[in-house]
Amino acid sequence: MTTQENTLKKKSSFKGIVGRLVQNQLFIPIAALLVLVLFNLIADPSFFKISLAPSSEGYPVLSGYLITIIDNASELAILAIGMTLVTSASGGQDISVGSTIAIAGSVVLRVLCGTDSRPEAMKAPIIVAFLICIVVSALFGAFNGVLVAYFKIQPMVATLILFTAGRSIAAWINNNELPVISDPSFGYYGNFIPGCPVPTPVFIAAACMIVIALVLKFTNLRLYSQSVGINPSSSRLNGINPQTIKLITFIILGVCVAVAGFIKVSRLSTINYSVVAKDIEMDVILAVALGGNALSGGKFNMTASILGAYVIQFLTTTLFKFKVNSAAISAYKAVVVIILVVLSAPFVRKKLIELKNKITAPKAQVGKEGV
Amino acid sequence: MSVNVSTGKKTLKNKVALTDTNLLLFITIGVFIVMYVCAIIFLGRGFTKPQAFFNILNENASLIVLSCGMSVVMISGGIDISVGQVTALVCMACAVHLDFQGGNVFTSMLIALGIGLAFGLVQGFLVAYLEIQPFIVTLAGLFFAKGMTTIINASQFNVENEQFKALKSTEVPVPLMGSYNKLGDYIPAYVEVGVLVAIFVVIALFVSLRWTKLGRNFYAVGGNSQSANMLGINVKFTKFMAHLICGLCAGIGGYVYFMHVGSGSPSHAAGAEMNAIASSIIGGTMLTGGVGNIAGTFFGVLSLSTIKNIVASLGLDEAWWTNITVAAMLCIFLLVQSVILARKNKNKK
Repeated sequence: MTTQENTLKKKSSFKGIVGRLVQNQLFIPIAALLVLVLFNLIADPSFFKISLAPSSEGYPVLSGYLITIIDNASELAILAIGMTLVTSASGGQDISVGSTIAIAGSVVLRVLCGTDSRPEAMKAPIIVAFLICIVVSALFGAFNGVLVAYFKIQPMVATLILFTAGRSIAAWINNNELPVISDPSFGYYGNFIPGCPVPTPVFIAAACMIVIALVLKFTNLRLYSQSVGINPSSSRLNGINPQTIKLITFIILGVCVAVAGFIKVSRLSTINYSVVAKDIEMDVILAVALGGNALSGGKFNMTASILGAYVIQFLTTTLFKFKVNSAAISAYKAVVVIILVVLSAPFVRKKLIELKNKITAPKAQVGKEGV
Repeated sequence: MSVNVSTGKKTLKNKVALTDTNLLLFITIGVFIVMYVCAIIFLGRGFTKPQAFFNILNENASLIVLSCGMSVVMISGGIDISVGQVTALVCMACAVHLDFQGGNVFTSMLIALGIGLAFGLVQGFLVAYLEIQPFIVTLAGLFFAKGMTTIINASQFNVENEQFKALKSTEVPVPLMGSYNKLGDYIPAYVEVGVLVAIFVVIALFVSLRWTKLGRNFYAVGGNSQSANMLGINVKFTKFMAHLICGLCAGIGGYVYFMHVGSGSPSHAAGAEMNAIASSIIGGTMLTGGVGNIAGTFFGVLSLSTIKNIVASLGLDEAWWTNITVAAMLCIFLLVQSVILARKNKNKK
């Protein structure tokens, strides 16, 4: 193996570059993206058309499938940030994100509307609603985190509690009414700010990415969560408290959920408890898996996860464009998930590496002789 | 000498009585009795009639079957969250087969079993032989089944097949359990066919988990797969079989559900996996594997449905209260398990 790598390095040939590219974690999402782009290019090139069309308010905004993808993937990308950290530290995934988005959205509407379900004006400043929503979401995240970290329940089972109860709690917060906010300024965060042709969620997602990039750059979060995910007991012996780290990752995911929930309700200025962010947990887990991150915890690559989120949205939009029933899309995605996890399974990886060695071994022999 | 033997036996007996399985089973049965007494006290005499109890069975026959399969997987250390959507898929496939393709009841049963078997085979293979996390595999299974249900047929419809309708409305009388109405007429108590199937599954799995080699292997693998491997147990095959049995139970449970509702709809059995997991956990099956009892699961389903009935009769009949209660109960029992586990680890040290 080492001799083979050495020869590759020495030669730095085309094959070596390809090999390094394939080994890069960003390879999988980028390859998937290229496949999708090619498919759409062949099927219908008008998929990539971007035009400047007047919106319903009369000012020009960008429109087109690509803009839709980048716009709608914002929530997914924000959630992927938190999910990657949770996956890394706890070795499991949070399946309650969809339900907690419903709770977060419900809280925002409750604060803005008060007891009136059709208020003339908002009862509180938007920033207050947003902050309360972040606090509530973080508390729900902490609830999951405590169950996982301190009571040592498997993450997916612990989050199953909120997965079931979440939408019911969301409905209960608003007495099962569907409040509608008529003030247009609330819709700015999910649609467009007047005069700006780019959808606002894109900026919010970008802001979240910058924040998490700074956090990962200037704090030990990456190192700590990876070490906890790889071996909790040895990281405890090295002075890291695995329980605190797991709790922190779940709280961060809670904050991400709050931001995503805020965007979701702002898009429509209302909420439908049973439909909002439906099946989004599947998409987020898929994004993390597509990013090449091990779903059993440990090392992670944040860029790859976020890129994965955009690829998933690309896939969804493509399926929508070909008039696939929205409920049937989950079947296709499930197939993609299965293929991905099978390819990344340790057993299959081992077999593939063996196969690769078998194929390349004689060639490496030849190369050595040549050198 | 004889004294020694008897004391030895006594300590052994005490030890057996306090294993986790038995302790959790006692908690479950206790909870069920308390629930039922509460129901009788708060909700009046409706619950004292045997038929009230049989109605709980009638409504939850499919959940009993699903939970039994779930318990087997959980005892072996895995989990299967696809069972609810597989139930919906079975209902839809059978309904379409009976109504649109002119099939008969027998072939529809084969379809149900086939779907369950297929899910069990694929998921079991992926989990056991490719060593992928069971949660991810079955989450994908859940979404696949959900999508497939919609692809087969997107709207709800009732089955009009005569043969099936006859089967659906068959009522099996239970002797000596009837009651007299106000006019003094005797009304026999009855259960549906599905309940008989459910009881058969419970007994079959109870017996095989307790007295067969495969059944004991589930406990060994769930308790500690490494030591099970060293004892010469085929760990992969055992895990595979656990998922296969769960898939089969999902198929059977799906058909029982179908016999109860008699229609196909993409929204059928939504959240059934949650109820099945909750029932298993309430019934004393440990999420960590190796601990559990089918009898406990049976009582777990009964406790859960009694609570639901109480919640519904208290006037909190909006759907969200049921969900919140189930989640709260699940949470409490998870915490109890976690505490028991922590105590056990402490004792070990």
